[in-house]
Amino acid sequence: MKNCEYQQIDPRTLPTPTPTPTPTPHHGPDGDRPEEPRGRPRRKWHVFPGKNRFYCDGRIMVARQSGVLPLTLGLILVTSGLFFIFDCPFLVKHLTSCIPVIGGFLFVFVVITLLQTSFTDPGILPRATPDEASDIEKQIDNTGNTSYRPPPRTKEVVINQQVVKLKYCFTCKMFRPPRTSHCSLCDNCVERFDHHCPWVGNCVGKRNYRFFYTFIVSLSFLTAFIFGCVTTHLALRAQGGKGLVFALQESPGSAVELVICFFSVWSILGLSGFHTYLVASNLTTNEDIKGSWSGKSGEDVTNPYSQRNIFVNCCSVLCGPMPPSLIDRRGFLPADESVQTAAADIELPTLATKSEINVCTQGTKGLLESATLPPLLSTSCPQGKPPTDPTGNFDPSPEISTSCGGARHTHHSRGRASTPRHSKTRSKKSKRAALQIANPSFDVPVSPTSPDAGPSSTARGHEGASFSHLH
Amino acid sequence: MAETHSLQDMRQQAAVAAKVFLQRDYTNGTVCQFQTKFPSELETRIEKQQFEETLRMLNNLYAEAEKLGSQSYIEGCLACLTAYTVFLCMETHYEKVLKKVAKYIQEQNDKIYAPRGLLLTDPIERGLRVIEVTIFEDRSLTR
Repeated sequence: MKNCEYQQIDPRTLPTPTPTPTPTPHHGPDGDRPEEPRGRPRRKWHVFPGKNRFYCDGRIMVARQSGVLPLTLGLILVTSGLFFIFDCPFLVKHLTSCIPVIGGFLFVFVVITLLQTSFTDPGILPRATPDEASDIEKQIDNTGNTSYRPPPRTKEVVINQQVVKLKYCFTCKMFRPPRTSHCSLCDNCVERFDHHCPWVGNCVGKRNYRFFYTFIVSLSFLTAFIFGCVTTHLALRAQGGKGLVFALQESPGSAVELVICFFSVWSILGLSGFHTYLVASNLTTNEDIKGSWSGKSGEDVTNPYSQRNIFVNCCSVLCGPMPPSLIDRRGFLPADESVQTAAADIELPTLATKSEINVCTQGTKGLLESATLPPLLSTSCPQGKPPTDPTGNFDPSPEISTSCGGARHTHHSRGRASTPRHSKTRSKKSKRAALQIANPSFDVPVSPTSPDAGPSSTARGHEGASFSHLH
Repeated sequence: MAETHSLQDMRQQAAVAAKVFLQRDYTNGTVCQFQTKFPSELETRIEKQQFEETLRMLNNLYAEAEKLGSQSYIEGCLACLTAYTVFLCMETHYEKVLKKVAKYIQEQNDKIYAPRGLLLTDPIERGLRVIEVTIFEDRSLTR
């Protein structure tokens, strides 16, 4: 992989040390900052350097490209809507009234977990401060001269008797923790990076993996349930020699549902099976695809994070403690940074405010970790999002850009260079999806017993290539 | 004179001489632990034992936050059954421990580090990547 251009930090350009404001605890109330900033106090999400969008004054975040999230939502809503309209009345009359109850429960579960997956911070690591970054560079030189050199690309640590290489991230200016990967679509390092899922329009990482897993499992139940109900419905209608065509004519919605469910149930079930395997072995999709722990190189490598017990692995991945969001999007910027960024705001384009009112009424995890007290909740979205407000993915304050700017520029161009390929890969796959509604980011490693091994292996090649961009 | 510095005074008046960063220790995996190696820059400012005691306490607190025990499992299962909406109403165990960490650091700063012209920054403000120790200029030398 070619070297990215490294912007070395000149210690003379480090910001002159200002007395740090009282460090508020992570969940301190927002209102009692000692200093009054000139102008409107700005929150940290305004200057967030990654490619994310924020709504409801930082409570909700999504990736910049929403991917096909509207399509996912649309398909779920349409299929479920048709189910309740066309199939439920008939089945309630002829079978049992439990059917809409179960269907309703599954539907609500699916939509809630989908929205949580999409709107939750996946485990983004905030970029290193200029002081930290220069400290990393300084440490490397041991001859007694304090010079600043680009750090080596990798650093090795031993975790549970396995040698693990930690890579240096040029964008975030830090050595990535184990299992962390930099997503070029979102331009963030994400902890325990699994994959970037266009269907949910967000990365799947440490903090939202359990939501994602619950989403796909409940979606497979929902799809299978609807498929079963529709089949039963049509079978009952076609009884008495009336024939399938007659049944379909009587209930056209069922035909649509049948098609959608038939094509999606296999891929979603396959995906659930694959992720169940990953959960049981405490692997991420990223590691599985790269073959990090499969011993392909011939050495005796095992997964150092696995607890060697399926039950314990499942519990630790799905039921472990919920880590907090590290990016503190709703915290206020210190006064001097607010003033500096105000100038940078002026040229930023107006961004379309994307039905945030609807979005804000959804309860999400983001609400809790941003120290929202009830009074703050009531001052919700419209106040927080005047039209000229940036969503924090353009130039951060100048002092951040002195250290990150150069590297960021090159990464932007790399990101852009890689994005077309990503979107090409994805558009190819979404064409396939139109035919068979597979999950494009991973119709690959569907479970080993998947019948379509052929396309999987070519898709695997694709995914291997696209992952090389994820550093 | 140095001993009576209050935290606020120091921050507003003193100049930062240097910053020391204590990196994460990954030998036990991805759990949050910090390296306990005593940095040489602090040798003249604070006793090694005192500093290591602070670090040990912090590491214990983070280990408690990430512990896989019955409490976290119950919390996790309950959350799963309610489609994780319970996270909106309830403070998670991790967050409770983070509050304890913040309080502990504040207390340590007030009692031990500020009088010595040092300041510990809560790691959560640095994304749990580092513990930043700010060394302020020793004003007793300049007087």
